[in-house]
Amino acid sequence: MCRIGAIKSLNYVHPSQALLLMESQQKGHDNSGFAMVMHDLGGIFEGYKHLPTLSMACTDEGLKLAEEMLHTAGFQRVMQWVPEIDPRPGLDIHAMPNYVFETFDYPKSSRQGDQKEKEELLLDMRLKLRKALEHDEQGFVYSFWPDVVTLKEIGDPRDIGTYFRLWAPDDKFTAKVITAQCRQNTNYDIVRYAAHPFFLQGYTALANGENTFYLKNVEFQRQLHRGYIGFESDSQCFLYTLHYVHRELNWPLHYYKHVVTPLPFEDIERREDKSQLLAMRQSLAHLEINGPNTIIGVLPDFTMFTCCDAKKLRPVVVGRTDDTVVISSEVCGINDILPDRDWETDIYPHEREIVAIDNNLEVQRWRQ
Amino acid sequence: METMKVQNVTPNDMPWKIKYDASRCTLCGSCVSACSFRAIEAKVERRRMVFSEGDLPDPQQRFSAVPVIRQVKDVRHYCRGCGICEKVCPNDAIGPLRNPDTRHPIITRCIGGDSIKRGGRKNLESAVRTLDKIRVGRISQMTDPSLDAQRHTFDLLAPFGRILPAKQLPFRVNEQNSLQVESSMPPVHWIYPVIIGDMSIGALSWRMWEAVAMAVAYLNEECGLPVRMCSGEGGVPVRLLKSRYLKYIILQIASGHFGWNRIAKAMPHMVEDPAGVLIKIGQGAKPGDGGLLQAGKVAEHIQAIRGVPRADLLSPPNHQGLYSIEESVQKMFLSFNAAFKFRVPVAIKVAASATSVSVFNNLVRDPYNIVGGFFLDGIDGGTGAAHEVSLDHTGHPIVSKLRDCYLAATAQGRQGQIPLWAAGGLGKTGDLAADAFKMIALGANGVFTGKLVLQMAGCVGNDMGRCNACNTGLCPVGITTQEPPLVHRLDVDRVAQNIVNYFLAMDTEFKKLLAPIGNSSLPVGRSDALVATDQAVADKLQLQYVC
Repeated sequence: MCRIGAIKSLNYVHPSQALLLMESQQKGHDNSGFAMVMHDLGGIFEGYKHLPTLSMACTDEGLKLAEEMLHTAGFQRVMQWVPEIDPRPGLDIHAMPNYVFETFDYPKSSRQGDQKEKEELLLDMRLKLRKALEHDEQGFVYSFWPDVVTLKEIGDPRDIGTYFRLWAPDDKFTAKVITAQCRQNTNYDIVRYAAHPFFLQGYTALANGENTFYLKNVEFQRQLHRGYIGFESDSQCFLYTLHYVHRELNWPLHYYKHVVTPLPFEDIERREDKSQLLAMRQSLAHLEINGPNTIIGVLPDFTMFTCCDAKKLRPVVVGRTDDTVVISSEVCGINDILPDRDWETDIYPHEREIVAIDNNLEVQRWRQ
Repeated sequence: METMKVQNVTPNDMPWKIKYDASRCTLCGSCVSACSFRAIEAKVERRRMVFSEGDLPDPQQRFSAVPVIRQVKDVRHYCRGCGICEKVCPNDAIGPLRNPDTRHPIITRCIGGDSIKRGGRKNLESAVRTLDKIRVGRISQMTDPSLDAQRHTFDLLAPFGRILPAKQLPFRVNEQNSLQVESSMPPVHWIYPVIIGDMSIGALSWRMWEAVAMAVAYLNEECGLPVRMCSGEGGVPVRLLKSRYLKYIILQIASGHFGWNRIAKAMPHMVEDPAGVLIKIGQGAKPGDGGLLQAGKVAEHIQAIRGVPRADLLSPPNHQGLYSIEESVQKMFLSFNAAFKFRVPVAIKVAASATSVSVFNNLVRDPYNIVGGFFLDGIDGGTGAAHEVSLDHTGHPIVSKLRDCYLAATAQGRQGQIPLWAAGGLGKTGDLAADAFKMIALGANGVFTGKLVLQMAGCVGNDMGRCNACNTGLCPVGITTQEPPLVHRLDVDRVAQNIVNYFLAMDTEFKKLLAPIGNSSLPVGRSDALVATDQAVADKLQLQYVC
């Protein structure tokens, strides 16, 4: 089982907070990995918000190949950050030779292009890189997107934190939104790609649960979009559905809940918008999820949200202060990083709502 | 002694022999009057008794004429093994015995010079059924919990109607950040995943048809199960057409168009739309063949409903004037959609065939979005009347063909756009919930069933040659006959009650299958929930092989 956590703040937050958030929940995960996606970057990335940053773990050959491909495609590197590692003996980490966080300017031909075209270009480039580096595990390309970095590794999250020197806060590597998870050992093979959070074109999703409609979702999603690949984890389906509903169909976020956990037919019948809800349910029947799940998602505009399965079989809690909101599988994690908050304002989302947090940290509860 | 004529028909040529115990028989005559096939008769036998009186042997004989019950030696009046004689005998003096040495398939053809016709299902049993080599083998434990069939809620409904791809939905985001419907969408009804499938009034007795209709109404109005029944080809009583219960009936049109004159005339008086229209192209039990209602069953009320004289009613094998799938889509689907002003889903029923996927592909790509369901019927389906050679030797098993169609849809990302409904021997072992559930996990949205409903009503026929006389109009239990004395054997209320109870039991069983795999709605296409105990089945259906 996983434990998931997410922090959204008015201020830039260091990943040590994410490690801390997850540390006390370790009895609920198996300490087999650590993964995080950071949105709305501060520190050294703050000046490059409009340019895409590549997050990748790779061998030397992989790095060479990727840089060649990016160069050929016309991307020009404008910034590079190499984490200073602490390779002390005894750490439980399956480290890759290189961890790449490089920011690029768009190819000249695309610089004046519209935003949508750029976004498609970035996706195509990431997919190409991923495919090229798959051979002999030369590299793992996690994200290539403006204002987003991703780090994933196999091992004990505490040791991974030590290896990347993430336990000591600084102001160089920060973000206003951080999502994290501490498990690599999925139901399937141990692959770096299988670790949540998953990222696609500005959207991030992570989940605690089991998607028993995985096969239905996968078989449907494979034909929906070129970016819906991998499926190393049954929770990737949540991301792809989020991307499809919000970006491809352009439906407001609250319909995501209607797609993944539709209302029972008898409830739909009583609704004024029943024809929309029925049409949605039937057209996207294969995107429905079943089984126990809690999902945390982040949208390209940095809105963060959470929702549960229709029977609330997995826990989640939202805690907040004036400048920070934290979503976590267990309240103990929130207690560690927001010890002084008013816990009476904590929200335990129910099975028929989405809790969304906008950039002013206004918390909205949308009842399905 | 007269020369023996070996060609003469005798009871040991017949599929069933009557065992009769004269010592127990009270000669009440119940069996003879109950046998609708006139396969037994009262006769007088000449008996000779040799006896001796006195101390020394002094043989004497006495002749007597003894009344007995005897089997008729005539291929037109042969025993079907229905066992009604046994049911009515107060003393267990009589009953049919299966004759493994029967010469019936040969002598009937030799004497009649015509093909054998019968009702029922395919009678050639081979190996274990495919569905019995499949188990629901993916059980939710540990990481994801099983659900509780008694306490949790489940959504057991299936779509009937054309479903648009999400990108074609006519939605617009309004000022309130909500989706608004901009134009009309094809009608889709969410109904119970088991449709009572198309048995005509004509094939069925009026009492049987009425009992099914009553059960359907009760299931809807009292039990909350939105079960639909399909009329079959042969029209619908006008009173029902004009009633509010029409909403539970799917009207069928087949190549004979029987009954549609009345349906069309009733349209202005309809207070409810029908549940749907099903265009029957083919039938699993007799693919490539049209419907057949023998003159013996065309009673006065059937003549009235269908608008025909008393004669054999044969529906042509094809819909006349349709030469291609595209044409059928344009002519039939458009006209039937238009007939009910695009409010009623129109679906198609075809016999499973090696070509089913091609047909399905053509329909799923239909640019008009008006094909509201693909009903696929396999070789094990039942029929009221067919040539035996068709029943036993033509057709295609349903399981792999349904799966092929689903996978074809999946390969195109079009699963669910035309709901798949499967039939053909489902529930043959009496357990429809399990069969239906497995078919759903293989990709069906729902199933339809006919023969099993007759068995709920008391049909004594089986797939080993018992009875199967639905074509004769002499159904011994009043289900497939129009003879008033036979029809009155059927207790309408009890039949309706049996059907209702079976559906209620099945509903519970569906939940008992959903709960362990942790699903609260139907697992359409969730083949990972199934495992196969046969390697070939696993390979063909793309399931996990287990042993």
